[in-house]
Amino acid sequence: MNWLDICALEEINVLGARIVAGPKGDIAIFRTASDEVFALDDRCPHKGGPLSQGLVYGKRVACPLHNWQIDLASGEALAPDVGCTHKYPVKVEDGRVLLALKTTAKCA
Amino acid sequence: MEKLKLVMIGNGMAGVRTLEELLKLAPDLYEITVFGAEPHPNYNRILLSPVLAGEQTFEEIILNDLDWYRDNGIDLRIGCKVVDIDRQNRRVIAEDGSVAEYDRLLVATGSTPFILPIPGKDLQGVIGYRDIADTEMMMETARTHRHALVIGGGLLGLEAANGLKLRGMEVTVVHLGDWLLERQLDKTAGKLLQSALEARGIQFRLNTNTAALLDDGEGRVAIARFSDGEEIPADLVVMAAGIRPNAELAERAGLACNRGIQVDDCLQTSDPAIYAVGECANHRGIAYGLVAPLFEQAKVCADHLARLGNARYEGSVTSTKLKVTGIDLFSAGDFMGTEGTETITLSDPIGGVYKKLVVKDDVLVGACLYGDTADGGWYFRQIRESHNVAEIRDLLMFGENALGDAGHQGQDKAMAMSDEMEVCGCNGVCKGSIVKAIRENGLLSVDEVKKHTKAASSCGSCAGLVEQILINTVGGAADVKPKSEKPVCGCTDLNHGQVRQAIREQHLTSLGQAMQAMEWRTPDGCATCRPALNYYLISTWPGEAKDDPQSRLINERAHANIQKDGTYSVVPRMWGGVTNPSELRRIADVADKYQIPMVKVTGGQRIDLLGVKKEDLPGVWKDLDMPSGHAYGKSIRTVKTCVGSEFCRFGTQNSTQMGIDLEHALFGMWSPHKVKLAVSGCPRNCAESGIKDVGIIGVDSGWELYIGGNGGIKTEAGEFFVKVRSAEEVMEYSLAFLQLYREEAFYLERTVHYMHRVGLEHIKQAVLEDEARRKELHQRLLFALSFEQDPWQQQIETPALKKEFERIPVREAETA
Repeated sequence: MNWLDICALEEINVLGARIVAGPKGDIAIFRTASDEVFALDDRCPHKGGPLSQGLVYGKRVACPLHNWQIDLASGEALAPDVGCTHKYPVKVEDGRVLLALKTTAKCA
Repeated sequence: MEKLKLVMIGNGMAGVRTLEELLKLAPDLYEITVFGAEPHPNYNRILLSPVLAGEQTFEEIILNDLDWYRDNGIDLRIGCKVVDIDRQNRRVIAEDGSVAEYDRLLVATGSTPFILPIPGKDLQGVIGYRDIADTEMMMETARTHRHALVIGGGLLGLEAANGLKLRGMEVTVVHLGDWLLERQLDKTAGKLLQSALEARGIQFRLNTNTAALLDDGEGRVAIARFSDGEEIPADLVVMAAGIRPNAELAERAGLACNRGIQVDDCLQTSDPAIYAVGECANHRGIAYGLVAPLFEQAKVCADHLARLGNARYEGSVTSTKLKVTGIDLFSAGDFMGTEGTETITLSDPIGGVYKKLVVKDDVLVGACLYGDTADGGWYFRQIRESHNVAEIRDLLMFGENALGDAGHQGQDKAMAMSDEMEVCGCNGVCKGSIVKAIRENGLLSVDEVKKHTKAASSCGSCAGLVEQILINTVGGAADVKPKSEKPVCGCTDLNHGQVRQAIREQHLTSLGQAMQAMEWRTPDGCATCRPALNYYLISTWPGEAKDDPQSRLINERAHANIQKDGTYSVVPRMWGGVTNPSELRRIADVADKYQIPMVKVTGGQRIDLLGVKKEDLPGVWKDLDMPSGHAYGKSIRTVKTCVGSEFCRFGTQNSTQMGIDLEHALFGMWSPHKVKLAVSGCPRNCAESGIKDVGIIGVDSGWELYIGGNGGIKTEAGEFFVKVRSAEEVMEYSLAFLQLYREEAFYLERTVHYMHRVGLEHIKQAVLEDEARRKELHQRLLFALSFEQDPWQQQIETPALKKEFERIPVREAETA
């Protein structure tokens, strides 16, 4: 896998997100309270809201437009909403956030 | 750790709801076994009547299907009746000889129909009305027989009678009392109901006892004989003369019983290892037979089973509704009235409407409605919350009338709407879809309906209609608690008031500390509680509690208003709506430089730049060189003004300067919801002061202050608050009121709703009658505001804050 060095983990707020300008559109990288990182297309499956601007809690983000709850690990909307957004492999090594520009799973 | 063993006897609504609540609190604490005598999973017993009436099917009223039990690891033994509780060895023994050991036992055996001890009670065709088997038997009999007799003119009896009539039987209801539903209705309403049911072909015999049931010679009932000696044919007799708590098993096991299993406020029985909920339990002398109290018990019981031990059950005020389609009645509280009560009645016998409200010491204590029950939920809230109704007494009879003006064709009576009519104008949800979702998913609260249908989830103006639909669909099971009693969110059981109190009393100053002290169930809350907690912390402990930007929603984090395409709108502050050529030039230049697609004048007398990209925000702010207008925040928005005495030939006061001064004084004020002010220079009121959170109207002799106005979803005219002489007093009184609101309102509660909740009297006492308190409130707001700076300036000056607005580039070459 081709990992891209994005930024230092410190450059993402705890319970926050940053936007990466990907070749096919923005990608949101989230940081949880336990310093896990997740990367999703910055588009809510509902009406395309920028998830990076949402409120992060646990391993979820609430979309800023209509409050859909998206699971960060799977990209799936929480019931009763239905929808899914693409996720990307992302990891932290030596305090650096690394991202691979390859969607790991197709949304169902 | 090895799991504890929890055994539940009875597989009905109260018991299973307790398990659901328990699984939310402590999913892994217990290994759970459930014994159910009926051969079905948990179903919605209160919907048996619609099934009998042919309006729903058995499948539709299942609440928890077998998958639910399996998914939650519950060992379900249906069709398996427990015959003995062995308390010595902490185990229960079932009819089939099987045994289950317990650490905790939950008895939820419900009730049994009271069978009159009369000759013939054991004949074939004589039944109680309790479960699916009884319902099936009635449906079967209606196909083969003609004459039905229902004994008992209570809720259940009338629902049975209606269902049997709809299935083609000749139905007679015999009732001991003077009128029908004498526990739910007064005589007038009872008689109206009787006429309506008679018009459907049901016959009634009131003040009548059933003396005996006679057989047809083959063991089946054929004739009913009454106490007056008269006889009528009867092939089916439904005994609906009351229920008895099913406490026999518990009694044999030696638990304290008296008309039910006696439980304390924790739902614990006389054996500390054994709990009881539902119709089998007797709490403070009452065995409840309606579903809403049982659900309240379930919540408390689950709390104790989960070893949290905070909750107390202190009894319920109940309300009832008859589930007979087309007949609308509602009653709650002490609707008969006793000594010291006054009644207000409205009676329209021709229109079939009757309403009676019972007031005691200026508090609504009971309501009985027939024919028009649209405001039942609202009256019920007034009763439960014991609001002082002295001020609205003359309007009380006309109900809440608080549904939104916009978005649902002016409809405010859910009953009158057809299935195709739109309820939620924001999300395009019609009545039929809501009813369907409620039935199919067993929804019981407006919040659940919001989640499943999206109705009322946006602007909320139709929440009252949704609540009516819910009440009309599930009756007394509807959970219509007001926000003041509901937990803040799923992360806690505490409500907003309790959270505010804890933060104040325990001097909590950070989010982490607050969540820990209040035993939040989630590590970092959710999108509902975090913004609320953050507000409560910074408003209670200004200068001490640190604002947490990550717990603010995006608008307050970005200091701009997010739009549907992810761009932002920027509204610079124009003090009192006054601008000048230099500001206007800068705005024009910014619009050109950043290619801003729309420039619009707002309703708050300022200019909105729409469609700004997030990364451009700091540049736009810098070039504008104007302070933030806070058009995005739960905060002071704007002070709208008219020209006033400086120019206007009618103006009596300098309203523009008053507005500018107020806006400067309030700059940076965070509040539970947005706050808008207006100042008009004369009673012509060109600044629309009547629909603002604080509205000020200049008159020749001073200033009038109005509070709690609102021009949004539901237009609310402000209440006259006080008249003062000087501009200094306007400042002091306005700020003191706003500080009271900041300290006492719940997050997302506008001033009008806060005022309705606590009462105008309460606000007047604090701000008008108590001078020392007013001055303290005023000072506290000034103190809180002393920490506030212009957020735009901060973002421009602090590079660390600015990075949130920057996008991280990825070079195309690296994307293999």
